[in-house]
Amino acid sequence: MTMRTKEQIALQEVKSESIKISGAEAVIRCLLAEGVDLIYGYPGGAIMPVYDELYKFQDQLNHVLTRHEQGATHAAQGYARTSGKVGVAIATSGPGATNLVTGIADAQIDSTPMVCITGQVGSHLLGSDAFQETDIIGISTPVTKWNYQITKASEIPEIFAKAFYIARSGRPGPVLIDITKDAQFDNFDFKYQKCTGVRSYQPVPVLDHESVEKAAAMINQAKKPFIVWGQGVILGAAENEFKDFVEKTGIPAAWTILGLSALPTAHPLNVGMVGMHGNYGPNLLTNECDLLIAIGMRFDDRVTGDLNTYAKQAKIIHFEIDPAEINKNVTADVPILGNCRESLTALLPLVEKKSHSLWLERFHELMKVEVKEVIDKDLRPDKEGLSMGEVIAAINKHTQGDAVLVTDVGQHQMVACRYTDFVRSRSNVTSGGLGTMGFALPAALGAKMGAPEREVVAVIGDGGYQMTIQELGTIFQTQAAVKIVVLNNEFLGMVRQWQQLFFDKRYASTEMVNPDFITIAKGYYLDAKKVDKRDDLDAAVAEMIASDKPYFLEVRVEKEDNVFPMIPTGASVSDIRLK
Amino acid sequence: MDKTSYTISIYSENNVGLLNRISAIFLKRHINIESLTTSQSEIKDVFRFIIIVNVEEDKVKKLIKQIEKQVDVIKAYYHTDEETIFQESALYKVKSSALFEERHIQNIIKDSHANIVTVSPEYFVIEKTGFRNETDRLYHDLAPFGLLQFVRSGRISVSKSKMGISEILKQFKTNN
Repeated sequence: MTMRTKEQIALQEVKSESIKISGAEAVIRCLLAEGVDLIYGYPGGAIMPVYDELYKFQDQLNHVLTRHEQGATHAAQGYARTSGKVGVAIATSGPGATNLVTGIADAQIDSTPMVCITGQVGSHLLGSDAFQETDIIGISTPVTKWNYQITKASEIPEIFAKAFYIARSGRPGPVLIDITKDAQFDNFDFKYQKCTGVRSYQPVPVLDHESVEKAAAMINQAKKPFIVWGQGVILGAAENEFKDFVEKTGIPAAWTILGLSALPTAHPLNVGMVGMHGNYGPNLLTNECDLLIAIGMRFDDRVTGDLNTYAKQAKIIHFEIDPAEINKNVTADVPILGNCRESLTALLPLVEKKSHSLWLERFHELMKVEVKEVIDKDLRPDKEGLSMGEVIAAINKHTQGDAVLVTDVGQHQMVACRYTDFVRSRSNVTSGGLGTMGFALPAALGAKMGAPEREVVAVIGDGGYQMTIQELGTIFQTQAAVKIVVLNNEFLGMVRQWQQLFFDKRYASTEMVNPDFITIAKGYYLDAKKVDKRDDLDAAVAEMIASDKPYFLEVRVEKEDNVFPMIPTGASVSDIRLK
Repeated sequence: MDKTSYTISIYSENNVGLLNRISAIFLKRHINIESLTTSQSEIKDVFRFIIIVNVEEDKVKKLIKQIEKQVDVIKAYYHTDEETIFQESALYKVKSSALFEERHIQNIIKDSHANIVTVSPEYFVIEKTGFRNETDRLYHDLAPFGLLQFVRSGRISVSKSKMGISEILKQFKTNN
């Protein structure tokens, strides 16, 4: 007998003849038909009929109770980022729904496929300011790829099918479905059909082969070509095609924070990170290259710095799936619309095999400068206090660079992304575009559940950690073996750094008086350890990685270290500072 | 780059909430909408928006892309005034006594090619369709007699060039 997936079973059950079921049961059957076996959420009045069905279907659909709805969205995001599947979060109306908004906005700007389901007051109460009524459709409109309010049970199958299709296709993003309580209760003839297209929506633009040929000619002629890649390579599952392209052309390639891990850190043509706290060479040489090849990235201001002085000398080729990103911030000489996997496959036979050793050497020379001025101090500090960089180095040593790194937002994020070793893709989960503090702890839970066979290490600052610290409860309850490292400098470090550099050290509201994090972790029955001496760091990290349970490690780091290199806001990439 | 008056034409599905989604694109960029009208289009089940904005061309280009990015939008275009045929409608409500006591008002109506929509013992309503300067001129001419109410519609417009929405819909189908 061949094994059937849950998806096939669910479809089979309802395929030929329709069955009369409640809207709430239909919600569960839609999720099963879409291959969903794990959702994150929080119950409440207006979503109770669906929860009642979740109880009945608990052997097929695992619901993880987070401690706050925001945690449910970030967990769904973490799950989506490591698994490549659509993350699902569910909440009740009113405050339950509004608590989802931060995670939805984060998923929108970082192109994460997610479906959020909210309960809504009965349709006869809409607009009456009923208990826990809020206009979540209005509120979520600017931060969703699509949203819809269901007021009739019969709409459920079609809308769910459409929601999953829209969330995962093209440039992925979050979709919200709001379901009135009466639509959950009503019975109707259920029949599910997967969505294969929406008439007004073209998820992937048709590849223009003429542009590909033009790009190939430019690449073959370029003397100092430079690649900047982003998350599009990962979302398009184009890692192999990308690697082939980089290796055949011999072009130095740098990553945006969301592109990290698509090409191994140790790859000889991986020259580091671009942007505000990126590496010295790739930033400086952005303004020296003669051809900039942007692949699946969107020229965020944190990447480009001042646009008027960004790569003005270079011709620009922009591989992008979303037409709205073309010429939005940087004008492309040759835009190549489409899925970058398809575009790179078409491009590869047209480019000549080359090496750009002299040009690549320029990156290496500048890396030597950065090592001397910045990296040595970060990884081998001569101060008594621990640096964030040496903690990351210790993690690298014990994970052999094969862990999923989940980071929050701030100094620790920049340091972790700069220094963590990666050997495979889908290993970096961070809040890039929105910069959501509080993202990491719940996202790490989701990341671990999306890739249970992998080591997941969350590196979090003491500020962001306390924004969603309650999710320790979810980690305890699920026993997801997440390794949590809090780099505690008792400051909101990145803001403090800016205050030091640009506001004459006026440290307005950035010093944190923190609780005993070990007691808190132990209160959730988690193994926990604190390190404040260099000599204890290696053994503590080794013990954490060796554990097969969730583990909390607090590392007290130097209070007033700064992250360099740095491009001050509004400055040019070539004005990058080493101190 | 100079600010110009652009007519944005949007063909879309007729879905609840789409108006909000489209206006949010303007709100996010702090762009004021000068006028907005929605109606059925030449194609069954396809809706049409006409939005007038006063912005630089590179801004309107980016607006069009953001609008087209919305799932329920089929296609969006922008045109200058010269590239479109456009009209506005205005209604003027005036006291009936003015019509009979002030002979001059009858000449104004005749000269402006306006229509009298309704007449009652208390008031009468005049309708004028045309360019902004024409409805404006009538407003200024009638104002001295006391306007009980005045209202002007948003601009409606058709492009001189072809829109080709049916072809686009067909193409969506083959690509999907």
